[in-house]
Amino acid sequence: MMFRQRLLVASFLSGMSVVAGTAARAETTLSLMSFGGAYQEAQRKAVFESYTAKTGTKIIEQEYGGEIAKIKAMVDTGNTTLDVIDVDAPTASQGCDEGLFETIDWSRIGDRSNWIKGTATDCAVGTIVYATIVAYDAAKMKNGPTKMADLFDTARFPGKRGLFKSPYGNMEFALLADGVPVGDVYKVLGTPEGIDRAFKKLGTIKKDVVWWDAGAQAPQLLASGEVVMTTAWNGRIYNANKEGRQFKIVWDHEMLDSNLWVIPKGAKNPQASYDFIKFYVQPEILSKVSKYIPYGPVTQSAVADVAPDIAENLPTTPKNMTNSFTLDVNFWADHADEIRKRFTTWLAQ
Amino acid sequence: MSAVASASFRVRVGDADAIMDATSFVRFEGVRKSYDGKQFVVDDLNLAVRKGEFLTMLGPSGSGKTTSLMMLGGFEAPTFGHIFLDDEPVERLPPEKRNIGFVFQNYALFPHMTVAENVAFPLRYRGIKGRAAAGRIAKALAMVHLGHLGERKPSQLSGGQQQRVALARALVFDPTLVLMDEPLGALDKQLREHMQVEIKQLQRMLGITMVYVTHDQGEALTMSDRIAVFNDGRIQQLATPEVLYEQPANRFVAGFIGENNLIPAHVTRIENGTAVMALGDGTILRAPAATATRSSGASTLAIRPERFFVDTGDTPETNRLSGTVSELFYLGDHLRIAVDVGAEKPIVARIPALQRLPLACGDTIALRCHVHDCRLLEA
Amino acid sequence: MTPDLPTRSQPAGLDRAVRKANRPASRASFSLAIPLLLFLLVTFVVPIVSLFAKAVDNPETRSVLPATVAALDAWPGAGAPDEAVFAAFARDLARAASGRTAAGLGKRLNYEIPGMRSRVITAARSAGVVQAPFKAAFIKLDPVWGDPIVWATIKRDGRRLTPSYLLAAADLRQTADGAIVPAPADQRIFLGILGRTLFIAGLVTVLTLVLGYPVAYALALAPPLLASVMMLCILLPLWTSLLVRTTAWVVLLQTNGVVNDVILALGLSSERLQLIFTRFGTVAAMTHIQLPFTILPIASVMRTIPAAHMRAARSLGAPPAAAFWQVYAPQTLPGVMAGGLITFILSLGYYITPALVGGPNDQMISNFISIYINSELNWGLASALGVVLLVVTLGIYGVFLRVVGADKLRLG
Repeated sequence: MMFRQRLLVASFLSGMSVVAGTAARAETTLSLMSFGGAYQEAQRKAVFESYTAKTGTKIIEQEYGGEIAKIKAMVDTGNTTLDVIDVDAPTASQGCDEGLFETIDWSRIGDRSNWIKGTATDCAVGTIVYATIVAYDAAKMKNGPTKMADLFDTARFPGKRGLFKSPYGNMEFALLADGVPVGDVYKVLGTPEGIDRAFKKLGTIKKDVVWWDAGAQAPQLLASGEVVMTTAWNGRIYNANKEGRQFKIVWDHEMLDSNLWVIPKGAKNPQASYDFIKFYVQPEILSKVSKYIPYGPVTQSAVADVAPDIAENLPTTPKNMTNSFTLDVNFWADHADEIRKRFTTWLAQ
Repeated sequence: MSAVASASFRVRVGDADAIMDATSFVRFEGVRKSYDGKQFVVDDLNLAVRKGEFLTMLGPSGSGKTTSLMMLGGFEAPTFGHIFLDDEPVERLPPEKRNIGFVFQNYALFPHMTVAENVAFPLRYRGIKGRAAAGRIAKALAMVHLGHLGERKPSQLSGGQQQRVALARALVFDPTLVLMDEPLGALDKQLREHMQVEIKQLQRMLGITMVYVTHDQGEALTMSDRIAVFNDGRIQQLATPEVLYEQPANRFVAGFIGENNLIPAHVTRIENGTAVMALGDGTILRAPAATATRSSGASTLAIRPERFFVDTGDTPETNRLSGTVSELFYLGDHLRIAVDVGAEKPIVARIPALQRLPLACGDTIALRCHVHDCRLLEA
Repeated sequence: MTPDLPTRSQPAGLDRAVRKANRPASRASFSLAIPLLLFLLVTFVVPIVSLFAKAVDNPETRSVLPATVAALDAWPGAGAPDEAVFAAFARDLARAASGRTAAGLGKRLNYEIPGMRSRVITAARSAGVVQAPFKAAFIKLDPVWGDPIVWATIKRDGRRLTPSYLLAAADLRQTADGAIVPAPADQRIFLGILGRTLFIAGLVTVLTLVLGYPVAYALALAPPLLASVMMLCILLPLWTSLLVRTTAWVVLLQTNGVVNDVILALGLSSERLQLIFTRFGTVAAMTHIQLPFTILPIASVMRTIPAAHMRAARSLGAPPAAAFWQVYAPQTLPGVMAGGLITFILSLGYYITPALVGGPNDQMISNFISIYINSELNWGLASALGVVLLVVTLGIYGVFLRVVGADKLRLG
């Protein structure tokens, strides 16, 4: 509903801008697409509004669910109406491979080495980092899990646990719990024996797993008591706590993933796109996003700008990322198909 | 409470009538039916149908005739009263146990079965199988001249043929009673008249008792041994076609069966069994007095149009009405004229065409009829 | 009596004369249908044809490695190809690197040999700097380039059309020498999922028929006012979005949900049952959502059956149950068939409901089509799965028409 209303407003505004264009002062606009919801709300308050205030550029927003197919459809028809798109890391890599995004000229953005590993790519400029963590309901369980491996310890923590219904993350968590050092996870997973080992470890809790599909399901499973613990995206847990829950996050072996800005191929006004992205990644601007949603900024200089009470909940805070790892989009681009099929047959066994 | 009391009273009154008829096969005794608890659609029905009789329930729509038939068939239960079939009370007997053949208005043939399967249907539930069943089906279809169409589906037949299949299906199990609910309503006029004769012949040949519902008086007169005329949920008159036509019991029957001139009249006196009446303009009319006729008061005089003849003399006569011709139609075998005699409605008369009268609208004419052709009814 | 149709011999050419006389009328009626035909062409025929095309289309290797594919023509298929092939490969890759098309090729080869994507990208990055002799240089870069299986795969993928997506959708694959063999056991998923999809759709169809038939009967018998209220109740769920109805089932079925509360309160079970994320949950939610689609055709056929038929059957001697099963039920068959078929075919396409209410073993084929379209961008495999689903559905429909007959299908 919100989405449709905003579309209406957007089309109204773009209609207005045509009218305004004939007036004395031409007004520039920037079209962007992001993930909607609380995340886009945070972006709006932290960045979009101040950008419009500072440059006079009107921002026309769209929302999507992260489907790369939608971007491909737009680029393939040769009618690129968007200037910038917020994407997740696998989409950034996939779209880059497919030639859906323009190559980033980093000289127009800033010092690439300032970005956390894997968040400054040929086609995409990272903005925030979020984590897949283990969470539990402190109101129901006093001595909850303290490490990722507890997810697999059904003796100490009996009951159902929620996992994302996809091999992403679960394979890595299984290997880590099985004793693979965090730096070797993808090396091990790249071998057939490593894949066997991960499935074997997952098999030990298979009958205790409730599989979730959509991000919102994870806190809901915890709240309804369907599971005793679940993997989840840290922002979802934080938001549930804002609504009165007492969920606790286990900051151990969490998997980091990022959101990035890309410029779709054939964007009409690349200069405007670069101006916007450059503005967005200034440390003082980028750190403001974390004020509204607990996702950490990706540039080192911005991390320092975040207030300490907020930093507590961010995956980028040093004490929270002692042994974290970053989702390897390249590994998954090479192996997703085969591992997903095996994952599906394994589920059905 | 009062409704029940009055109903039981009526049953007792009805009993006398019905029990008198010892040969009755179907008997309605004080039957009343209400759907809404306020109005009776059938009110105090007492009727006895004789074995082998063709009895027609005739009346306008909403007169209660179809409801009566449905109660007899077992599809509706009487609110009060009893129905006897061969002296057994049947109000609690479901339709499938009554052994009654029923022909419905739109035939109700089963479209997913062939003609032969339709006709075989009642035999299934009577344990008639194999060759015995085949013989019966062939005989029933031959009887309605459809022996060659057994393998067709009903949708491949004409309306008349479907009607015959329905008939064969209702007769194949040798029911002692056959009910028909406006079975010819959907056919065109010629076919309808043809089927009337055929049904009547079948009924006579098989000797079955038949109760037939129609709103078509011509059909009723052609086919019936007796006709029960229904109106407002009650039987107005139960009689042979001839008696109904010649001696209607009341204004409704007089008007419903055939055409009639119903003339308001005032009885002044009774002379030797003849009632003497005066019309508004002083014209004197005479008619045979019925036993119930009071010696003075308002009443209605019924005279059939074909009983009038043109009086060419100029002396005043009994039952002579004169006036001006207001309408005139030439109908081949007769002239139909409307004569304005100063009464409420013009008098309609049918004059045989062979008299070749040089008549025109606006002509003055005198009509006469015999005293015995006039019938005096209650106002 | 109605006379039979005349069967007198016809003058020669009567057929033609009749057709000629009727031609203006049939032309007029055809021209009225033109907008609809165009609409169907654009919205139905074109997408299905392009679906079939996408399932066999194979542009990646041809467009990125044109010279290599041409040079491979001379390769006998045994051992690593000669220097000419590698030289062409180096030229092609260098152009691919500058045009950023190498990843597309890598992705295509990755479907056949897992891990090829990053190897192709790495090779393309160094294509600009490798020096002759190219064969030794590439094999030094990565021994995989000395593997004949890789080159056989590139040669085969160089063709304009490929059977590999359709084979993959049927759990088959082509070996390097072209033989078609079953996929490895842990990669065989689609036939099982197709079977599961058909089973769930069939179960939902049977359940909607069992539950919906009495409702349709009550609807057909009800007086007009009650019937319109009932109809409203049946249609009401259709005015709510599928997602909302599915979410409502989540709330009902979850372990601490309403259904479990009732079961506990009634003492039917001493502990909470696992209802959500099960086959039971999936089937229950889908049955609920599909009920109106089954009920409406049945009810509309029932309404055309005159009440006199049951009465006639009773008067002819059939007890109530026999009258119903012998006379009434057979006449409702066209509606039962139509309603069942609609529900079955719609059920084949479910994916939101199994995703949210079902367990991991309740995912249906559309869930995978959606994954391959939206997140994997493997439109070839998605199209091939679509083709398999379409062919199976048409096959079932064909068998159904054969067995039951087209005249047994009626919507009212």
